[in-house]
Amino acid sequence: MENCFSSPRTDMFPAGLRVLVVDDDPTWLKILEKMLKKCSYEVTTCCLAREALDLLRERKDGFDIVISDVNMPDMDGFKLLEHVGLEMDLPVIMMSVDGETSRVMKGVQHGACDYLLKPIRMKELRNIWQHVFRKKIHEVRDIECHDVLDDFQMMRNRSDQSDDVRLSSGGDLTVRKRKDVEHKHDEKELGDPSSAKKARVVWSVDLHQKFVKAVNQIGFEKVGPKKILDLMTVPWLTRENVASHLQKYRLYLSRLQKENETKSSFSGMKHSDSSSKDSTGSFSLQNSVSMHQGDAATGGYGCSANNILAQKVDRGICNTESKGIISMPKTEHDKFVLEDISDPQRASSSSHIGFSHSFQSVEPGVAYSAFCSSIPAQYSWSSPETQFNFRQECRSPLHETGSSPLSQLPGFRHHIQVDHLQPAASVNANPPMTERDKLGNVKIDPLYAKCRGTSPSEMTSVASTADSFLNQFDIHKAVKGQVLEPTSTAKLNMKIGGLNQDSIYNLEPTQKSLNLGDESNFVSLNEDRQVRWLEGDGYPVNIGGHNVEVWDQNDPPQLRGDVPLQLYDMLRFDWDYLYDSMEYPIMEEGLYIA
Amino acid sequence: GYLDDQFVQLEELQDHANPNFVEEVVALFYKDSSRLLLNIDQALEKKPLEFTKLDGYMHQFKGSSSSIGAKKVKAECTLFRDYCRAGNAEGCMRTFQQLKKEYATLRKKLEAYFQ
Repeated sequence: MENCFSSPRTDMFPAGLRVLVVDDDPTWLKILEKMLKKCSYEVTTCCLAREALDLLRERKDGFDIVISDVNMPDMDGFKLLEHVGLEMDLPVIMMSVDGETSRVMKGVQHGACDYLLKPIRMKELRNIWQHVFRKKIHEVRDIECHDVLDDFQMMRNRSDQSDDVRLSSGGDLTVRKRKDVEHKHDEKELGDPSSAKKARVVWSVDLHQKFVKAVNQIGFEKVGPKKILDLMTVPWLTRENVASHLQKYRLYLSRLQKENETKSSFSGMKHSDSSSKDSTGSFSLQNSVSMHQGDAATGGYGCSANNILAQKVDRGICNTESKGIISMPKTEHDKFVLEDISDPQRASSSSHIGFSHSFQSVEPGVAYSAFCSSIPAQYSWSSPETQFNFRQECRSPLHETGSSPLSQLPGFRHHIQVDHLQPAASVNANPPMTERDKLGNVKIDPLYAKCRGTSPSEMTSVASTADSFLNQFDIHKAVKGQVLEPTSTAKLNMKIGGLNQDSIYNLEPTQKSLNLGDESNFVSLNEDRQVRWLEGDGYPVNIGGHNVEVWDQNDPPQLRGDVPLQLYDMLRFDWDYLYDSMEYPIMEEGLYIA
Repeated sequence: GYLDDQFVQLEELQDHANPNFVEEVVALFYKDSSRLLLNIDQALEKKPLEFTKLDGYMHQFKGSSSSIGAKKVKAECTLFRDYCRAGNAEGCMRTFQQLKKEYATLRKKLEAYFQ
């Protein structure tokens, strides 16, 4: 890992860590500034959330970590947290004098990597660098995993596309692949990221602009890595590079959509808020879908997912933060989204995607739920209702509506723990906080607050529980994957991939090297799911890694309408999202210019 | 005691780079807390009481108090918030009076300390 840090600043890591502190209380601002300086960190203080966001946007890559108070006059701390996660993908630590579990939970759900209680001790601040470090590690792993998964994906793609065939051949492939991947992963883990098998592509502003141009030219729904690559005429760029970038881009767009939604209805993404945001009917659907509203019937859910996604897309387009970039894909995106949703099951996955995109913010929770939904498919692939139920459940946890998500979580947790006792294989893709293995539900990791609280581990354990639980679980899983994004996108991907793989063949403790087995929960889950998963569709397996590849080969709309597709979509996005985070810093100028 | 470990932390933060650190922090605290107390006072005069708003103000005040480790004042804050959530207007009023007393005492003690 040391190799990742090459600049002089990083040589003395953690000294010189660039911290941005946001707090409306001037007394605390002064104290924190002094404390952080004592840790030899570079401190910038801000008393307004808006100011902080402006600063962050202005100085892209100018900060390593953000510490923010929860209660601020101009903007809710959780919202800021979401923004930062979405736009800058920086670790964010929340703080408050209020240490109520629900608040802490909310923080985690929204993606905070830690939640400190005031008064804050020096020792607590001294260790904040771990969050930055962890993210870096995950990024590296992401790259590695990505590479590995790409290979894997390719192999899988070669197999027959039918589910059945996939099941059988996929299993074989996955078994083989897994081993290969593991080996590769092992190698990479130890090695310098720069010596990874595939050189990481730096998506400069120019490159990204070319990419966006190509995407818009082709038409968002028809877009495929090969087409984009051809249009871009960048000789050294590979289709895989483009594919993974496209995934991230899509995730980014959906996140922006969510962001817009949240912005308009800042009230914390209440259902009503969402609806108010979006006047269209679909929007309301959305609410129900994402917001745990409720009971979205499976069909409804699916539909809403569609709508939401559409909505999301729209929003994304409107998002001022991504003006240039977003505007184009808007229509295409809509189509894209809708296409996926055509099938109810797909819808769920679509919804997931949308949701997942917004992981960073509250929305991601939704995505996760979507994601989760897809995952549940694993368990109960054959029962769309379950999935939907699942979703519903997921939704609730995802959304910030306060108590409902929380109540959901505990349920999950409970189940998860019971079911799952995974060994600690997990690499801890999720940073800080969760110990998935132990809790099973941990994964809520701050990052992925989205699904809130359902860490992958939870998800896995859920699998074994009733369908309803499973649903939740899936959601969590999805969430997890998504949530992980911030910190360990790679991990997540791996996890998902691992999950799939596990499904295919029992997870092995060695997965960890791949991050596949990262979450023991996953593993346990996988077992249950394995059977199901395979039944559903071989695709989901290794979604993380393969998404890109598979995706390339099969445009999303072509994917099977049934669950596998959903999962695929979800996973795809998850992965994208995960990888995305890796590239965000690079892409920032191009993509996320406010 | 009136001040808890947080105050000790502040003292430990003081160094030659910031020789008057503690005093500066306390000054900031006075300014911020006075403003908040005024807000609460005014809000308590409105009838009926807006508990959510009051709770919000008190939350801020509590945060402020925690910055210098004002233990007793903080305890009153927590009590006040409990009353707010229970919708107990009388409890809020009473607690607030008590809080102001503690606050006044604290200020006197701090002034003596800095002399």
